[in-house]
Amino acid sequence: MRLELAGRARVFGDDINTDYIITSRRKRESLDPQVLKNYLFEEISPDFAASVQPGDLIVAGRNFGCGSAMEVAVTAVLGAGIQAIIARSFSRTYFRNAINNGLLPIICDTASIREGDLLSIRADERGSGDGIVVHNAKSGTAIGAAPLPTITLDILAAGGLIPYFRQHGDFRL
Amino acid sequence: MHGKTIAEKILSRKSGRDARAGDVVVCPVDCALGTDGSTPMALNYFHAMNGSCVAAPEKIVFALDHYAPAPSRATAQLHEQMRAFANKHGIHLWEVGEGIGHQLIVESGRALPGSLVVGADSHAVTYGALNCFATGIGSSDLAAILISGKMWLRVPETIRVNLMGELRPHIYPKDIALSIAGELGADGANYQSLEFSGSGLDTLDLEDRLVLCNLVVEMGAKNGTVPTDGKTLEYLASRTSESFEPVSADPDAVYSRDISISLSDLVPQIAFPHQTDKVESLESSSRTPVQMVYLGTCTGGRVKDFHQARDILTSGGGVAPGVQLVVTPASREVLETISRDGTLSDFISLGAVIQTPGCGSCCGTCGAIPADGANVISTANRNFKGRMGNSNALIYLASPASCAAAAVRGEITDPRAMGK
Repeated sequence: MRLELAGRARVFGDDINTDYIITSRRKRESLDPQVLKNYLFEEISPDFAASVQPGDLIVAGRNFGCGSAMEVAVTAVLGAGIQAIIARSFSRTYFRNAINNGLLPIICDTASIREGDLLSIRADERGSGDGIVVHNAKSGTAIGAAPLPTITLDILAAGGLIPYFRQHGDFRL
Repeated sequence: MHGKTIAEKILSRKSGRDARAGDVVVCPVDCALGTDGSTPMALNYFHAMNGSCVAAPEKIVFALDHYAPAPSRATAQLHEQMRAFANKHGIHLWEVGEGIGHQLIVESGRALPGSLVVGADSHAVTYGALNCFATGIGSSDLAAILISGKMWLRVPETIRVNLMGELRPHIYPKDIALSIAGELGADGANYQSLEFSGSGLDTLDLEDRLVLCNLVVEMGAKNGTVPTDGKTLEYLASRTSESFEPVSADPDAVYSRDISISLSDLVPQIAFPHQTDKVESLESSSRTPVQMVYLGTCTGGRVKDFHQARDILTSGGGVAPGVQLVVTPASREVLETISRDGTLSDFISLGAVIQTPGCGSCCGTCGAIPADGANVISTANRNFKGRMGNSNALIYLASPASCAAAAVRGEITDPRAMGK
């Protein structure tokens, strides 16, 4: 999987649960990411939805997306034009949902990244998932990311589980 | 080659290969649950994936539990969408009022030892109490299961939780689970399996084990498992005629970590707002005033929970002025049982608000919502800010007995101090 993304860091802390990403009660009235994006992080960062710009990158600490498995917590992020989340670790359901929707979950040490830093993410074509690196233009550092399992790279390369299933109609190992 | 954990054995059996921690396997799913919180979105994915047929409709169940009863026109329409799909494809659907899907999976005997049972809801981990591999998935995963009957899984490493001794009076499984959450932290078991073992398990019945497994996701775990024993078999005997093959860990299985809990040394625990792993002994927060007491959910909404709470409420002399007591049975079977044995009429006499069996107020999707500034003590599993529908309320998590003690006194109270 080859990719190159660049964007502004929007930094959050540890244990950001899915209710904080988008509250359960919002999905009661709509599942549309274009509606839900207006309420992103409203419980913990009320100014976020108004200030987010397409291309921004979410940066977080440990256990991003813990709690509920609700998938709107991924699609609402994509609805705001965010294509990747960089975190120290992800909750497993959020990780799966991100892969399935083509939102890139990058696992690396995020401690040095500050709000507003300009980041770029690059991956080469070595299919093993090695070689994902996050470059911080502000600090001039390069952070290596954990490799992703092959099946997740295949799903991401297809653009998510919808195009993957349209193509294969089943899982291929 | 070393032996296998319960998780490795079940995923080996299901995938037909020698599955070890770290491997990625594709497995046929024995049972998958979709709720009204996740299924409408799964149906969107199903159609977008060009889905037309459901691979194994007899292995799928839908539950209308998060919006029970529907609090709005939009949610009523989501229910209609699910009913139409279930009807068209021959999928069993639990109606509004039948209860929480997780409880119904267990009651209907669909969670069988050795099987792979998933739910499009994080608390699907609950069924692991019946020696199956049970984990939560998202809506897109559910759509893929509808189409293919399968899912991919990374085989988890396993943390062994050794339970020793026996709980003392007024200490409950919720206290065990909170204590483990406090020790491991909200991501202490991330991507991993928790395998409960030890002689302490013999003292815990099936309802108790459901509480333990329900809370493993609050430690980040992929699943929790309990070995099959006489209590498992006894429970299933009246619930299913299906055959099953229990799974136990090999003596030389490899664990990523071992933790031991002495049940005899445990004291009542409480999780402070707004983190499930911000756990301390309940004594430390005594005298904090409460305005709402919530008894219910897939953690604490079963018959035993209501009996424990009722006993403290009645012996304590009822609910303190200024406290709203809200009761939500986990299922209609639970409601019928507490109705027959008089517990329900006790709650009604005590002035409790009785809600429709289902998820109720737990995630703020329907039912009673706490006021601004209210302190809530709840038998639920999550206390995130805004969780119950108001981000200006503070939610504490504790056992049914501790919640009842708080209702009696109007403040957080150690249940061991009741009657003193």
